[in-house]
Amino acid sequence: MRTVACPSQVVDPWLAHTVRIVSITDEVEGVATYHLEFADADTADSYSFLPGQFNMLYLPGVGEAAISISSDPSAQGTLDHTVRIAGNVTGELARTDVGSTFGLRGPFGSSWPIDDCAGGDVVIVTGGIGLAPLRPAIYEFLNRKSEFGHITLLYGARNPFGMLYTSEYDDWQLRGLNVNTTVDRSSQAWQGNVGVVTQLLDRMPVPDPKKTSVLCCGPEVMMWYTARSALGRRIPKDRIWVSLERNMNCAIGLCGHCQFGPTFVCKDGPVIRYDRVASLLKVEGF
Amino acid sequence: MINQQLSGKEMFLPKSEIQSLIDLLRNDGFTVVGPTIDQEAIVYNEIASVDELPRGWTDRQEPGKYRLQKRGDDACFGFVVGPHSWKKYLFPPLTTVASAEKTEAGWQARTPEPDSTRFAFLGVRACELAAIGIQDRVFTEGTYVDPVYAARRRNAFIIAVNCTQAAPTCFCSSMNTGPRCTSGYDLALTELEDGFVIESGSKEGESLVAGLATQDLTSAQITKADSVRQQAVDQQTRHLDTEGIRDVLLTNLSHTRWEEIGDRCLGCTNCTMVCPTCFCSSVEEVADLSGETVERQRHWDSCFNLSFSYMSHGTTRDRISHRYRQWLTHKLASWHDQFDTSGCVGCGRCITWCPVGIDLTEEVAAIRGDGSASATGGAT
Repeated sequence: MRTVACPSQVVDPWLAHTVRIVSITDEVEGVATYHLEFADADTADSYSFLPGQFNMLYLPGVGEAAISISSDPSAQGTLDHTVRIAGNVTGELARTDVGSTFGLRGPFGSSWPIDDCAGGDVVIVTGGIGLAPLRPAIYEFLNRKSEFGHITLLYGARNPFGMLYTSEYDDWQLRGLNVNTTVDRSSQAWQGNVGVVTQLLDRMPVPDPKKTSVLCCGPEVMMWYTARSALGRRIPKDRIWVSLERNMNCAIGLCGHCQFGPTFVCKDGPVIRYDRVASLLKVEGF
Repeated sequence: MINQQLSGKEMFLPKSEIQSLIDLLRNDGFTVVGPTIDQEAIVYNEIASVDELPRGWTDRQEPGKYRLQKRGDDACFGFVVGPHSWKKYLFPPLTTVASAEKTEAGWQARTPEPDSTRFAFLGVRACELAAIGIQDRVFTEGTYVDPVYAARRRNAFIIAVNCTQAAPTCFCSSMNTGPRCTSGYDLALTELEDGFVIESGSKEGESLVAGLATQDLTSAQITKADSVRQQAVDQQTRHLDTEGIRDVLLTNLSHTRWEEIGDRCLGCTNCTMVCPTCFCSSVEEVADLSGETVERQRHWDSCFNLSFSYMSHGTTRDRISHRYRQWLTHKLASWHDQFDTSGCVGCGRCITWCPVGIDLTEEVAAIRGDGSASATGGAT
C-alpha cells in the first residue's frame, strides 16, 4: 500500500466560497465590473491575491468561468471582476442582480512580476478587456511608485467607447502613470492616437531598455507583435511578460484543458515570461 | 509501505490458493477487482471468485484489432492488456467533485467526504504499475492534490502479475517500464502451469502471504518462472526510439506528417480513453428539477474533442492534426517538462484500439526519420 502525500492542502480545491454581489459598475457595452464580498468573515479575512491572478466564478447550474481579479490587492473592500459577456456563465452573470450570491474558487495562477520590475521603467501594453488583469498591477506600481522609474500604460481599443476605467485615468496620471491610448477607429470627438497599440511602443522613448520591463495582455497575435516591438527597442526577451488565455476547467492543473506545450496556463500561467513561450506563440493550432 | 524491510523471499502458491487470496482480501474489507470477460474483451471488474478470471483465454492484438482466443490450458493471466486500465478505479470516469445548494443564506457549496472504498487490484502488469506511478505524480505530487484520486490510491492494494507473453503492440521494453514488475506492488505473481511464484513488495503484502498455504520453491519452478518471464521480453517486436524524443517532437511542430496523420485520424478519442495515463477531464453541472441542488460531475474528457480547447473567441485546436499533435507531443514530450517522466508506458492500447490502426511508434519514427531535414517550425 502506498502513503499518498496530502501536504499543505487542507481545503479541497474544488470547494467554492459563497460571495455576494455588493454592486455592479457598467463599464462599456457588454462589460461590467462585479464588486464582490465573501459571505463568510473568516474567508474574507484570510483571502488575498496577487496582481494578475484569477478566480473561478461559479454560477451553480450554469458552470464556472475563469475571471481575472481587477481590484487593488492591497486595498480593503470588495473583490472586483471586470467581465465581458462571452458565454453561458458570463451571460448569466450579466442577468444577475446586486445582492445575489454565487460561488468563487481562487485565487489561482501566477502573477505579474512587480518586484522584478523595481529599479527600472515599466511599460504596460494592453487592449480592450486586457486592461482588467493589469489594473491590480497598475495599483500596485502606483502604491509603490518610488521603487520604479517611468511607468507607462499603452492602451488600445477598437473605438473610443471601448475603453475601460476611463474615469480613473486622471488619478493615475496624477499619481505618476503615463497613460497613452489609441483606437482602431476614431469617432468625431476623438483627438487622440489612431492605430495599433504597438505603434505607441515603437514611438515612445526607451532610455534604458536593459532595465525596462514590458507587461502585456491581449490576443496572442497582439502579444507577439508587442514582443517584437519591444525586442526592436532592445528590451531583453526575459524582461517581457505576457498573460495567456486558454480554456480553463479546473484551474488546478488537473484537467488538461489549458495546456500550452509544457505550460498549464492555469497554474504555471496566466502570467509567463515571454522567452518561455515565444517559440510556441506563432504555431498555428497549438 | 514499499520501502520497509522485507524478507524478499519468493514462495510457491498453488493455483487453488488464488481463491483464498481473494477471500482474505474480501474478508478484510477490500473490493477485489480483476480481469473478467465481458463483451468479447478482457476487462477489469469486481470479482469474488477465481472462476470469474478469464481462465484459458488469451488476446490477439495488432493495430486496430483485438480478438479473444482459447489458449488450450487454464492459465488465469495468459493474456496481455485489454481496453480497461486501473485508472477506471483510481480516477473514476464519472465522479462528483462538489455540490451546491440554494439556501436562505444564498448558494452554499460543499465537497464530498473522501472516498473510503478499499480496492485490491488483482493482475496489474508492469506497464500498469508504471502508469499508476505516473498518475500518482499527476494527481498527488503537484501544487494541488486531487482528493478523489488521493483517497482511492491511499487505500489500494496492488497484486501485480508478471507478463509471460507479449502482444505485437507491446513496447514496454522501449519505455523501460516492463515486462518485469520491479516495484510499486504489494504482491507480485508469476504464473506457472500449476500455480504461481509469489513475492511481497510491502509489509501488508507479506502479512497477507502469511495467511496463504504457500510452499517453498523448487529450483525447477525458479528456472521455469525465469523462462516464462523471459518469453515476454523475447516476444516484443515493437520499438519506440526514445532518444532525445522530447526535442525531436517539439522542434517538428510544423512537420508535414501531422497533416497526414490528421487525414487518417478520426478524432474518436479511443486512444485517450484506453490510455492508462491520460488524465483529461471536464466538470459539468447536473441540477435537479428545481435547479436548487446542483452536483458538479467530473467526467473523462479528451484532447481529441473539438470542444476541449474551446474559448469564447474560437477553438484553439480546430483541426484533427492539431489535436493529434497535442496528444502525441504531450504524451511523449511536454510530459517530461511537466512531470519529469514520459507519459507513455508502452502498453500499446492506443495502437490496438485505434479504429484505423494509427501506431504512435510508427508516427514518431516518421517524424524522426526526416526530422532534421523538414523541421520548419516550432521550438528551437
